[in-house]
Amino acid sequence: MDFVTFSKEIRKNTLRCLHSQGSGHVGGSLSIVDVLAVLYGKHMDVDPANPKKDDRDQLVLSKGHAGPALYATLALKGFFPVEWLDTLNKLGTRLPSHANLNLTPGVDMTAGSLGQGLSCACGLALANKAKGINKYVYVINGDGELQEGQNWEGAMFAANKHLDIIVLVDNNKLQIDGATKDVMNVEDIEAKFKAFGFETQRVDGHDHNALDKAITQAKKQKGAQCIVMDTVKGKGVSFYEAMGAGVHSTNVTDEQYAKALEELV
Amino acid sequence: MELRKEYVGELSRLMKQNDKIFILDADLAGAGGTTPLYKEFPNRCVDAGIAEANMTCIAAGLSASGYIPFIHSFVPFVARRALDQIAVSISYSEQNVRIVGYDPGVHTTSNGGTHMSFEDIATMRALCNVAILDVVDGVQLRKALPYIVEHKGPMYIRFVRKQTEELFDDSYEFRFGKADKLMSGKDLTIVASGTSLLDAKQACDILKKDGIKVDLLGIHTIKPLDDKAIITSAKKTGAVLTVENHSIHGGLYSAVCEVLSAVHPTLCDAVAVRDKLTQVGSLNDLKRDYGLTVDDIVTRAKNLVKKKSNI
Repeated sequence: MDFVTFSKEIRKNTLRCLHSQGSGHVGGSLSIVDVLAVLYGKHMDVDPANPKKDDRDQLVLSKGHAGPALYATLALKGFFPVEWLDTLNKLGTRLPSHANLNLTPGVDMTAGSLGQGLSCACGLALANKAKGINKYVYVINGDGELQEGQNWEGAMFAANKHLDIIVLVDNNKLQIDGATKDVMNVEDIEAKFKAFGFETQRVDGHDHNALDKAITQAKKQKGAQCIVMDTVKGKGVSFYEAMGAGVHSTNVTDEQYAKALEELV
Repeated sequence: MELRKEYVGELSRLMKQNDKIFILDADLAGAGGTTPLYKEFPNRCVDAGIAEANMTCIAAGLSASGYIPFIHSFVPFVARRALDQIAVSISYSEQNVRIVGYDPGVHTTSNGGTHMSFEDIATMRALCNVAILDVVDGVQLRKALPYIVEHKGPMYIRFVRKQTEELFDDSYEFRFGKADKLMSGKDLTIVASGTSLLDAKQACDILKKDGIKVDLLGIHTIKPLDDKAIITSAKKTGAVLTVENHSIHGGLYSAVCEVLSAVHPTLCDAVAVRDKLTQVGSLNDLKRDYGLTVDDIVTRAKNLVKKKSNI
């Protein structure tokens, strides 16, 4: 499946998942769809039949609230039946709002309490190093999430220990209380990661070819890498894109779902 | 021998047998005594620097990759500073991490105040599936370590790094989740954990001379607690005194009362820290100030026996 088709399918299924609940983290799920399409469409060395195999690439979705987008991607890749998407947040579900490594095949790390993902990824990458496994650990951070100080402890460690970690920052520029620049500005994100010893790139986070090129380039480099992706919260659905900060957690009614699917044809 | 030497000596032996054990420190490898392991096992030891939250989550990642990580620091810097990291990335994520807290409670002495913690057992106990060991001496720790490695799930272990005083000899057998019955008597049950067991033992010897016969239970595993041993003893004696180097809120006293109140309501009292701020001081002065001395145990024991006979 090409990136355009795959990303459309991920968007539709992300909304299917959120619609089953009637609401949820719409904005930050839709903003990471394109990078998920490029990662799982091409770069991630994973096996849906053996999701825990030792020599695999791993993804830590540190902004764990974007779980529905990851679930849609994993379901489409065959990690579990797509019908599971309709069980989001129901008691006993395998798909909780925030990703959990023990519940969902293909989820490599639990996240949800923001700021812990990069540190956990350091542990995964350190384990790879100790075992002599040459695989990548990807981390998706939110821009607002970078306000959590622990990210910078993790960044310091990743760079110091020359870990094969690729941090992808979903720079959608919005957080719950408003625009990130107004709540607590995190820019210049590239300069910050550079200062901690990362090599950095900045791309349009919805341009599949640019993402593909940046990830390919990051994989060629040694040591910790960061790709700042400029994204739009709610990307792909006009009325969600127009919503502003409110799109972080919002409704997916029957009407909204139907209208969104029309836009995603 | 210093307890930290026993600890590292036995860890070294176990790391040779088991290539999954991973050591993490937060700039206290020297103080904790793990430094020799860095030379012996350079690929399985990492100093994360002064960043305990990061160290805790790194351990979670290592565990998710099949390792058995041991993280170390002073009690408050692991069990308190990194509490959310332990809750989410270790407990909720069901990771096989060993959380080692040095110098619990009053043992922080001159570093007390900021470095002193009386709430670690309460917080760890409230987290799902976190086993808790409160260690009395180096022999017990050495004997427990093979099990600590084998245990499935998270575990919190607290001990005093430089302690040399020993209660047990080499014949000691560690049994996870089981109380150590040290003395038998019908007048009173004393349940003591960690280093408080050393003081409780002395108190029992004094009480014996005064004609009070004590059932003394040493508790290393606070969670899961040996309910059976506590209930059996309480049924025999009718009064239970707990002794712990911890707050009265949420620690051993709470755990024992939770068990007894549901099954066999029993008159209880505690030698524990009673909602008092942490502070600096010598070990003896601190114990005196918090009411944790051998004399405090004897006094509370006698009062409890008197109270029992008045019921």
